[in-house]
Amino acid sequence: MDGMSLLTITVLAVFVGFEVVSKVSSTLHTPLMSGANAIHGIILVGAIIVAGQAADPWVLAVALLAVVLATANLVGGFVVTDRMLHMFHARKAAGTKQAARKADGK
Amino acid sequence: MSLLNPVWTSLLYLVAAVFFILALRGLSSPRTARRGNLIGALGALIGVVTVFLSAQLDNVPWILGAIVVGSAVAAPVARGVKMTQMPQLVAAFNGVGGGAAALVALLELSHAGDPWVRLAIVFTLLIGAVSFAGSGVTFAKLQELMTTRPVVFRGLPVVMAAVLLAAVAAAVVVVFTGSLPLALLLLVLGLAAGILLVLPVGGADVPIVISLLNAFTGLAVAASGVVLGNVLLVVAGTLVGASGTILTRAMAAAMGRSVAGILFGAFRGGSTAG
Repeated sequence: MDGMSLLTITVLAVFVGFEVVSKVSSTLHTPLMSGANAIHGIILVGAIIVAGQAADPWVLAVALLAVVLATANLVGGFVVTDRMLHMFHARKAAGTKQAARKADGK
Repeated sequence: MSLLNPVWTSLLYLVAAVFFILALRGLSSPRTARRGNLIGALGALIGVVTVFLSAQLDNVPWILGAIVVGSAVAAPVARGVKMTQMPQLVAAFNGVGGGAAALVALLELSHAGDPWVRLAIVFTLLIGAVSFAGSGVTFAKLQELMTTRPVVFRGLPVVMAAVLLAAVAAAVVVVFTGSLPLALLLLVLGLAAGILLVLPVGGADVPIVISLLNAFTGLAVAASGVVLGNVLLVVAGTLVGASGTILTRAMAAAMGRSVAGILFGAFRGGSTAG
């Protein structure tokens, strides 16, 4: 891909990135950070390409280390975000139930 | 064995990139957050399957083995961690992502004939290393492996300035000559800069710094996409870099702090909230 197309895509992606998270509620700051963190784990694709082209054993070793690190970022990132959001929902559900119980007691 | 032609490869990368955009949008609203995260995971799966089906890859059993190892380490930790320890786990995952980007850039140096590509390489090396080391220090602070109070010593601004100047000098030489030893030096200088950047930050401000380093890793991944000519890495990295910057400012504003104050407070002689 030529440089100008890459630059165009990059600039448009900056604006999309600004726009999609501009209305985030403050309770979601940490899960959003964690989710974005998981998304950059897609560097795994780059690590796979480099490992797949490695001819020298040392290059392969370093590339495989990059694959392990990137996988940890990608898989761990999505799992921990899901757990965060699960707790978030569980806590909210418990809160609603408590509120309902209070309302019943009245 | 490339099963997919370049058009299908680009289309699938585009689908993955759109899924990442939808994931970030979903994560911004409480009602759709969990679905958003799953859409992001699906986008990542599409991207990884696509690279296996489209690129001419050797060493595939080794790569699959490395993926199994990475998943086997990260998934149980992510599933078992206590809620209070989640921020430092996010910091750790962010750090290893930055480290992976730096290693990819380092290995691509010998293939890079163009100075512009080497510019993207030195950027990835430096930012990836800063993110790796900085995240390591934030992890140590949150895990209370070290003091959570700001670590400030006399001459810190001078040391930081010297490290950054040396890094810029090394980067310029690597861009024009492609020297591997100087690229390794740049990696070390990046690690030092990451440590020096986070040491003066107090425990209360650490989550904001994790968010900032998260945006840094996004930028490093985007630059590695330029190095490899991979559009998915460029789009995903840029999205995280841009949204991470907005998020960092929003987090700082919610805590009544300024990002510049947190990062440079110690350098100006004041100290940040412990």
